[in-house]
Amino acid sequence: MKNYSVLSKKCFLMLSLCASLVVNAQAEETIKVGVLHSLSGTMAISETTLKDTMLMLIAEQNKKGGLLGKKLEAVVVDPASNWPLFAEKARELLTKDKVSAIFGCWTSVSRKSVLPVIEELNGVLFYPVQYEGEESSKNVFYTGAAPNQQAIPAVDYLMNDLKVKRWVLAGTDYVYPRTTNKILEAYLKAKGVAKKDIMINYTPFGHSDWQSIVADVKKFGSAGKKTAVVSTINGDANVPFYKELGNQGVSAENIPVVAFSVGEEELSGVDTKPLVGHLAAWNYFMSVDTTKNAAFIKQWQDYIKNPKRVTNDPMEAHYLGFNMWVKAVEKAGTTDADAVQKAMIGVEYPNLTGGIAKMLPNHHISKPVLIGEIQDDGQFMTVWQTNKVVDGDAWSDFLPDSKPIIADWTAPIQCGNYNTKTKKCSGQNY
Amino acid sequence: MNTLPRCYFLQCVSYLLLVFSLSFISAAEASDSVASLQASLGLLKQTSMTARKQAITQLGEGHQPRSLAILHALLVGQLFIIKSTDKMVIAEAQAEQAFTVYEAESNQDLGQFSGAELSKISLTNALRSQVRKLIAELEINAEHPATRLAALKECDATVDEHLLSIIKARLPIETDAQVKQAIQQVLLLQHMTQGAKGERIAAIKVLKNEDSLAVVNQLKTFVEKDSEGQYLETDADIRHVAEAALTTITQRMQWYAGIETIFFGLSLGAVLVLSAIGLAITFGVMGVINMAHGELMMLGAYTTYVLQQLLPNHTGLSLLLAIPAAFLMSAAVGMLIERGIIRFLYGRPLETLLATFGVSLLLQQLVRSIFSPLNKSVATPQWLSGSWQVNDFLSLTWNRFYILVFCLVVFVALMQILKRTRLGLEVRAVAQNRTMAKAMGIPTARVDALTFGLGSGIAGVAGVALSQITNVGPNLGQAYIVDSFMVVVFGGVGNLLGTLVAGFSLGIANKFLEPFAGAVLAKIVLLIFIILFIQKHPRGLFPQKGRAADS
Repeated sequence: MKNYSVLSKKCFLMLSLCASLVVNAQAEETIKVGVLHSLSGTMAISETTLKDTMLMLIAEQNKKGGLLGKKLEAVVVDPASNWPLFAEKARELLTKDKVSAIFGCWTSVSRKSVLPVIEELNGVLFYPVQYEGEESSKNVFYTGAAPNQQAIPAVDYLMNDLKVKRWVLAGTDYVYPRTTNKILEAYLKAKGVAKKDIMINYTPFGHSDWQSIVADVKKFGSAGKKTAVVSTINGDANVPFYKELGNQGVSAENIPVVAFSVGEEELSGVDTKPLVGHLAAWNYFMSVDTTKNAAFIKQWQDYIKNPKRVTNDPMEAHYLGFNMWVKAVEKAGTTDADAVQKAMIGVEYPNLTGGIAKMLPNHHISKPVLIGEIQDDGQFMTVWQTNKVVDGDAWSDFLPDSKPIIADWTAPIQCGNYNTKTKKCSGQNY
Repeated sequence: MNTLPRCYFLQCVSYLLLVFSLSFISAAEASDSVASLQASLGLLKQTSMTARKQAITQLGEGHQPRSLAILHALLVGQLFIIKSTDKMVIAEAQAEQAFTVYEAESNQDLGQFSGAELSKISLTNALRSQVRKLIAELEINAEHPATRLAALKECDATVDEHLLSIIKARLPIETDAQVKQAIQQVLLLQHMTQGAKGERIAAIKVLKNEDSLAVVNQLKTFVEKDSEGQYLETDADIRHVAEAALTTITQRMQWYAGIETIFFGLSLGAVLVLSAIGLAITFGVMGVINMAHGELMMLGAYTTYVLQQLLPNHTGLSLLLAIPAAFLMSAAVGMLIERGIIRFLYGRPLETLLATFGVSLLLQQLVRSIFSPLNKSVATPQWLSGSWQVNDFLSLTWNRFYILVFCLVVFVALMQILKRTRLGLEVRAVAQNRTMAKAMGIPTARVDALTFGLGSGIAGVAGVALSQITNVGPNLGQAYIVDSFMVVVFGGVGNLLGTLVAGFSLGIANKFLEPFAGAVLAKIVLLIFIILFIQKHPRGLFPQKGRAADS
């Protein structure tokens, strides 16, 4: 019965998609928007939701009368969690479909693979996920959090409010955790934490046997000083990790874990019992009580026809990115890439959780930072938040190499990689 | 040292109060205590965490008969407000979204409510530990010795002045020997830091025989140096005694750590063996390279999920039922694959590999379309979570322990099937010499299908076990397929005992390497070792012998 309803829902979606295509074909001219998210393979679990979010936002904008008097048209492609395919599909979107903007990518490696294509063909990409920073491209707008909008405030909270003295930096072995942990280690040392009070641990993707690592964390944390785990463990590996913590009796009260990759969507597929009380740092929680957020949640649940579906942080990033793009196109009066890139800087749009998101000259946005404790219903309870929005910083101030580097896409610097000491722009070499 | 008279004083006061309240309870006082309870409950209703903190403190001070029950409910998330009447209630979940509700103040049964009518009082970590501590304080004088013992254990690590006075007051009136000993140990720990020199040394000498982390941490502070290289502990004699005590305890700790590592290795090995053993039959005995083996495990895990959805209130029962159900499910799919595809490809390993790889992608996408690409949550029954706390240094997790036992049971059962049943005899006959078996009248096609079904069914059973330790999602199989092949090849193709030995030895080797090399490197080292080993011994640890081995 369930299978049947899912299938029929899919058929209905397909039909409506075809119908909208036909209608669009009949209309004179449309503005095309590319959606570049994996719909199959390992990343489908996270990215399918973002594809649906984009379709919802575009439908909503069309209901309001479209953009510049034209209807918007979504061009959905499936890069299938395959990193080189991301580049190929991006090229296809820009040359064949001639889209005005692309909303897409999730992992850093997929963004890095799209980067040369989008720069060569001068496209516009909106990237909605929190990432490691150390990048700013003329053609990319980063609507997710930079490390100073997620990792650093979370560490500050642990240090000041929970009085944490010993630190475990645990992550999956790839570029985002490695860079983030490098920044965090430098930050902690700058704050006077001794080397022996920091433990760093990397595990492979999808790691499922956490026994010895959790036992190590337990030993590390039983030295009489308050200990916390800062987790950049990615996706699938989290569930066995938290399960093992629960089974070995490590509770959030003794050793809290603050995670940067665990959101409402991930929690909806998990037995939440062992996770209650552990922390996550994001720029958006579904539980934040504002009228804007309530309206967004209702819109999403109506659109997806499931009153139990959750919203999460990358969805808000797309919501902000899309609406900022709409405003910039209206300001520029054209969808021409150069004009839009120029118009984007300085565009403001209200966050769902309060405050105003503003596109900065370094192509990052300003966001509030929230820290929440996981509740047994899979939602977060906000326990701390910044009292105003934090500006995204492309190049970390805590890494010696990138300290003098800034990104500024306004005249006269016009550079994503500008060294303030040597007064030189290194171009797009990162 | 001034706590002793104070504690006597407190004790007297509490006795007096008890006598007083028992004999002269007046209506005015009763209403007064009800009023204070109501006041703290009112504070608890506010959303601000500072108000809740204050409310919890008040609940602890009031010594209300109801406050302990309310604190307990608060800790486990059973304290709710009825939205319509703003009444504070304790709610016990009966089924999904159905609660039996009792009034918090009076414990009066208010009947059934649905989840939508209630709103939960939630806690932060800081408040949760405050509540836990308060409960421990209140329960040091509880009726049951076991409760008192647990309360003492709870406040073992953080004893402050106030708690110490309560504990000391308990000692002379304590009747249970075990609890008395626990109290004395808490006091000894105090003597270690405060008191005369002789007393301190005596305390250290007694406590060094205890397997307690609190003792170790306390001892460590005695031998620590401050930033200028000066010892924090000024008395050299105490330092020496502490050092000696630390060495003996550290030796014991290392011994326990060794046991723990072996247990970790065995349990990792058990998971490897479980996932490989089905493959040992299809690949080892039949010679079929089945790339869809992982997906058959995935089907087993999803069967567990579906059964749990059907029986939402019996997690334990549904898990036990899932074992035969997953076996049948995967066996059926396995036989379908064998009859539909593989039987046309016997003797063409490359084509089998490609075809079964296609089947694995097909099954993954099928699951994605039916259940969505999101992972599914499979609940863990109570008896499978938590750990067996041997002492402070050694604890063994139950889920791993049960999986180890389960793995051995499956292995023994499989060996018995192959050795003692007619099917087993036929399977072995066909594996050794197909033509001769056929000539003896064994229906080889049927045996092929059944053997493949058996191997697939075991994979399904492994999926049930995996659902308890990892994600249930479309990618579950992929994570285990490489490891499974590795174990079978390392153990010797066609040898079930080899699979068992290989699985356990790889598990233990991995766990011994991990602390030094890290999880990533440990895996690489093992892979390199296996590659080298296979170069030297292409037939694995336990090669097949005899004429059958040549074919």
